[in-house]
Amino acid sequence: MEWMVWTLPTAIFFSVIAAILLGMTAWELVSPTVERRGFLPIATTRGDRLFIGLLSAAYIHLVTVGFTELSIWFALGISVLWLLVLMRWG
Amino acid sequence: MNKVQNNRAWFLILPMLLLVAFSAIVPLMTVVNYSVQDVFDAHTRFFTGTEWFEATLNDRSLQAALLRQFAFSFTILAIEVPLGIGIALLMPKRGWQASAVLILITLPLLIPWNVVGSIWQLFTRGDIGLMGVGIRELGYAYNITRNPTDAWATIILMDVWHWTPLIALLCYSGLRSIPDAYYQAARIDRASRWAVFRYIQLPKLTNVLVIGVLLRFMHSFMIYAEPFVLTGGGPGSSTTFLSQSLTTMAIAQQDLGPSAAFSLIYFLIILLVCWVFYTAIMNSQKDTTTQGEA
Repeated sequence: MEWMVWTLPTAIFFSVIAAILLGMTAWELVSPTVERRGFLPIATTRGDRLFIGLLSAAYIHLVTVGFTELSIWFALGISVLWLLVLMRWG
Repeated sequence: MNKVQNNRAWFLILPMLLLVAFSAIVPLMTVVNYSVQDVFDAHTRFFTGTEWFEATLNDRSLQAALLRQFAFSFTILAIEVPLGIGIALLMPKRGWQASAVLILITLPLLIPWNVVGSIWQLFTRGDIGLMGVGIRELGYAYNITRNPTDAWATIILMDVWHWTPLIALLCYSGLRSIPDAYYQAARIDRASRWAVFRYIQLPKLTNVLVIGVLLRFMHSFMIYAEPFVLTGGGPGSSTTFLSQSLTTMAIAQQDLGPSAAFSLIYFLIILLVCWVFYTAIMNSQKDTTTQGEA
């Protein structure tokens, strides 16, 4: 795996993504998702909300890193909070 | 009858999954790894964290290329979509004329990108090109290697020439699928030509138009070969689009870290736009089906 030039942060990042996907699969098997309408303008399933959450997390990180002096951990905290809000009420 | 829940057919996609893993997922992971490091060779690399992302996002020339890219994509969409609809409306509906026009319209679509670039490069040359010489004879000092406006106009004209047929074909097939009953009803109501277009044809074209806009947007957002062959990104950097900046960075300068960061940002932009379009398509179809049922 050395040719893929892994670093600890990227390894953790992809492990967390993989864990989330596995977790979502298990959750789906235990209780299948129902499409519903929250505060988002469109009806979404659980997977849709996860995708929206992850995509907006990427943009939150980019904006924080590129255009502010704030720490990247701040962006991570905001993203996790946003993801939880989205999953629950989105 | 009991419905058998058997999902083992999903295992049949395993070979596909493996293939995609090696053609897309593993390379993408490698790009992410590169984007946080400064890699010199197989043994020498340094962890840089978010430095490359910070540099890329604040790079003036890349910001300019991004704005240029959006300007280009929206300009060609604004020209190609109305023009394509117009052509589709004018195309003959049956007989040998329909086939002949279809073939003529489709021709530009069959030409490879770099050949299109070469054709237009010759076509616009000031000394031997038909268009170049022609415009100069009319008294305008047309020069795509000196004048940014000329270069822009030519690239947009080239893209319109190459891709309007796609929109026209999509719209043509959309128009063909409208049942005659609608037109008969319109005739009974003595609806004007405009009313027929506005209230029958345009609504029926919505779905194909969304697909056409999506395809054309993604395509033009990743455009590379045509402007590269025609202008090489010049004059100056006035027609350097994102993919060309990326290639210069990754291949010519071998700046793997910054270009990895740049690729990821590029990818995220395309992902967002595609998702928005996809959601729009899916929701518009949902709306029409519920209306149909009601």
